[in-house]
Amino acid sequence: MKESRTFPGRYDSLEKISEFIKENAKFAGFDGFTTYTIETAVDEACSNIIEHAYGQENIGDIEISVHENPTNLTIYIKDHGKPFNPKSIPKPNLSKNLFERKSNGLGLYMMKQWMDEVQFEFVNNSNILKLVKNKGQ
Amino acid sequence: MEISVTNYKRCDIVKAVGRVDSSTSSILLTTFNSILDNGRFRIVFNMSDVNFISSAGLRVLISTQKNCKRYNRGELVLSNVPENILAALDLAGFLALFRIFKSEVEAVGSF
Repeated sequence: MKESRTFPGRYDSLEKISEFIKENAKFAGFDGFTTYTIETAVDEACSNIIEHAYGQENIGDIEISVHENPTNLTIYIKDHGKPFNPKSIPKPNLSKNLFERKSNGLGLYMMKQWMDEVQFEFVNNSNILKLVKNKGQ
Repeated sequence: MEISVTNYKRCDIVKAVGRVDSSTSSILLTTFNSILDNGRFRIVFNMSDVNFISSAGLRVLISTQKNCKRYNRGELVLSNVPENILAALDLAGFLALFRIFKSEVEAVGSF
């Protein structure tokens, strides 16, 4: 099963994107918490697209397709902004000392921790992010 | 997201309803900053009706906690944290940085 939707690249699309992802994750049989982790990964990915790939709101669209496979849910998120290099994002500082804590890099970190596969590609002038969440864990 | 502030003698309570994401986190930051601007640094953030928080929301919590704790003048504490949100706070390493209370009454009483 595959479902695709296109959203305008602006922050008020995030709630609609979340609704779309939650519907699909629940339909695929994921429990409430796992659905929340998928919702988080997609939200972070789309926020990054608006902030980094497009650089601001209302520059381009975000295309999302969700594929339900027997063993996993695979989500492709595509934009036509600047190439995104995940290596340019610093690793988060998870120090227990409040004043040493910097809060950048947290979004990508959460995405990687909560998904089973996170893969960035730049093909035909588009960023394509593949997110995979395995079933039955 | 909707947000309300209740002023008590000991502290201020902030309650948000809905999502704290890149679209709404600036409203939360403005709310916290207006409390700090009034010289009040003891804040309870009641998260019972927050159904989603992204890293944008987590950044607001960290920067507000830094502002509150500077010169030991106060603290931001959390109450009524839903399970999913708690998992996000844990993943981000926030459990070492914030005291979390089951109820608003306990949180207020901690000051």
